[in-house]
Amino acid sequence: MTATLRALFGTKTNAALTLVMLGLLYLLVPPFVEWALVHATWDGLSRKTCAPDGACWAFVRARFALFIYGRYPVEERWRVDLVLAVMVLLSVGALFAPRGRGWCLGLLLSVVPVGGGLMLFGGVFGLPHVDSSDWGGLMLNIVITFISVALSLPLGVALAFGRQSELPVVRWGSIGFIEGWRGSPLLAVLFMGLIMLPMFLPNGVTVDNLVRAIVVLTLFESAYMAETVRGGLQGVPKGQTEAALALGMHANIAKVLVVLPQAMRLAIPGIINIVVDLFKDTTLVSIVGLFDLMGVINQSLKDPNWLGLADEGYTFAVLVFFVMCLVISLAGQLLERRYGKGNRR
Amino acid sequence: MTSATPFLRTRKARAWIWQGVACLVFLAIVLWLAGNARENMAARNITFGFDFLQRVAGFDIPFHLLPWANTDTYGYALLVCLVNTLLCAAMSIVLASALGLLIALMRLSGNPLAAAISRAVMEIVRNTPQLVQIFFIYVAVLQSLPPPRASIVFGGGFFLNVRGLLLPAPSLDARVVLLGVLALGLAVVGWFGRSPGRIAGVILGPLLVLAWLVGAGLSADWELPALHGFNFTGGLRIPPELLALWLGISIYTAAFISEIIRAAILAISHGQTEASLSLGLTRGQAMYLVILPQALRILIPPLTSQYLNIIKSTTLGAAIAYPDILQIFGRTVLNQSGRAVEVMTLLLGVFLSINLVTSALMNRWNRKLMLQGR
Repeated sequence: MTATLRALFGTKTNAALTLVMLGLLYLLVPPFVEWALVHATWDGLSRKTCAPDGACWAFVRARFALFIYGRYPVEERWRVDLVLAVMVLLSVGALFAPRGRGWCLGLLLSVVPVGGGLMLFGGVFGLPHVDSSDWGGLMLNIVITFISVALSLPLGVALAFGRQSELPVVRWGSIGFIEGWRGSPLLAVLFMGLIMLPMFLPNGVTVDNLVRAIVVLTLFESAYMAETVRGGLQGVPKGQTEAALALGMHANIAKVLVVLPQAMRLAIPGIINIVVDLFKDTTLVSIVGLFDLMGVINQSLKDPNWLGLADEGYTFAVLVFFVMCLVISLAGQLLERRYGKGNRR
Repeated sequence: MTSATPFLRTRKARAWIWQGVACLVFLAIVLWLAGNARENMAARNITFGFDFLQRVAGFDIPFHLLPWANTDTYGYALLVCLVNTLLCAAMSIVLASALGLLIALMRLSGNPLAAAISRAVMEIVRNTPQLVQIFFIYVAVLQSLPPPRASIVFGGGFFLNVRGLLLPAPSLDARVVLLGVLALGLAVVGWFGRSPGRIAGVILGPLLVLAWLVGAGLSADWELPALHGFNFTGGLRIPPELLALWLGISIYTAAFISEIIRAAILAISHGQTEASLSLGLTRGQAMYLVILPQALRILIPPLTSQYLNIIKSTTLGAAIAYPDILQIFGRTVLNQSGRAVEVMTLLLGVFLSINLVTSALMNRWNRKLMLQGR
């Protein structure tokens, strides 16, 4: 106790700093708590039923399903729930199951994209078709993140190897690809995908807006994945390759079986960061005409029944993204600890 | 297996064959795309070329540093909105660095309360999308400000209202401006130049610029904004779009910069401080001559990529209609002229060159600060 007190008030500067901080907390926290909890209204049909000096959470409650599923038909939403539940279960399994992690990962990367896509799109097995323009809300952020990560990881690994290749064409091609994407702003390339793609496809061929966004995000993230994996590859001691070659392995097999697994382990923190960044960046699709969580919230703010509730809407978005990014980061830290065991001395 | 192997089965030959195939495939794809583009453009009666840049734009740019009239050309519009983008980037780099330093120092201060608060702020900011933060500041904060007649008055000629932030405008003598350019030039030379007292240059350059700012501020005539009827006249106005973008980018990036600074300072072993103290240096000298140069060395590469991120993030201005290069050139000009390919080529070209120039400058500086003779 005295140690804490000394740390807080030990010197003059520390005491002043503590007082300033306490003042700041006093100015910010009580008004926020009063607004968000004490004076808040939780039920109601429109803004008029809400107390004027508190948060109108009735708005978020009334729009909650829209924020999560977008315009996905109400009676079909169990399909979204099912796909997301399987995705989460398999992800947890692939990361933390005591055995069978490989199976989980394999299912996650093969059955989930295909089966999940069929489930969500419908039109087979008697499921009604749901157009991707009706997908929206948080579900869209999650789906885009999942598909882009699953696709950009192998692409990034290939690019990282390509960048280290001895063949000049492969090396310079990879460098050009990586630096080109890393030098461009994501929003600008999303725009480009939206506007320019039709220009470069044969007349009459159209590509779904969602697919375009996913393709652009995948290519964009793969450049960042490549750099992270390259960092990992450079962190593996050269002796590993030499030992594998000395045992008679082919150089390419040594790369895949000996160097890559160790490199991926080193790259885990970086990859987790990229996943978090990608999840946050999926909000940009709202600017190019998709209705992800951000887009749906912006749209709901224009509803005449709920005008002027930006504070509530954006606070909800902040909360959702904060919790989800934190969960991804924590999972990443657990993973790092699990796979870092061999490196600890 | 050297001379007996036929040429086509040697590693070298196979490597070249594969590369040739890769080149051909790449070329085929490019030709296919270009052919499609040509067909599509022919179908829409568009020709490829950059002559449209000389056409009259005919639209207004709501905020511009350079003079703009709607009779100016598309090409000039590119320059005007590029300057808007660079303005926002420069402002954000300064504020994000300052905020990042503040948060890092708070966390390193040894005061548990300050450390906890800065940690909480950093985690919240880092784990929420930049776009949400910008919308929050723009829609929830700035657009709910009072109208000009009920402005928030800060005193000293500063007003905040729904139309933006109003500041006193300085009118400067040309000679004072010249001195400022000189001071800035000296500072740049100090930072990037080959001077023997490099660290002195790094510290003195900003001091020189600061001294000029104070001197110019004292010598200038300040024109205060004043309320006339329903609106303000005179003074400088920062529109809410720029304010939101500036604050949004700065706060977001500051969270990342604070971690970089903290890591760099923590990475310098405490033995360095102890060794310098035992050699008879004072604490200030130890910081200035031993710790700081080493911390800067670790700091620069990740800081560079954050600055590049800031420049790229300014495109988010398109979400709240700040007239940056993406909003004006990538949207308005593209929609009016229909020159999708040319506009996008120019746009991405601009960003690629900004990125290359910035990273080249930072690399140069990095090399200067690198430990010699490693």
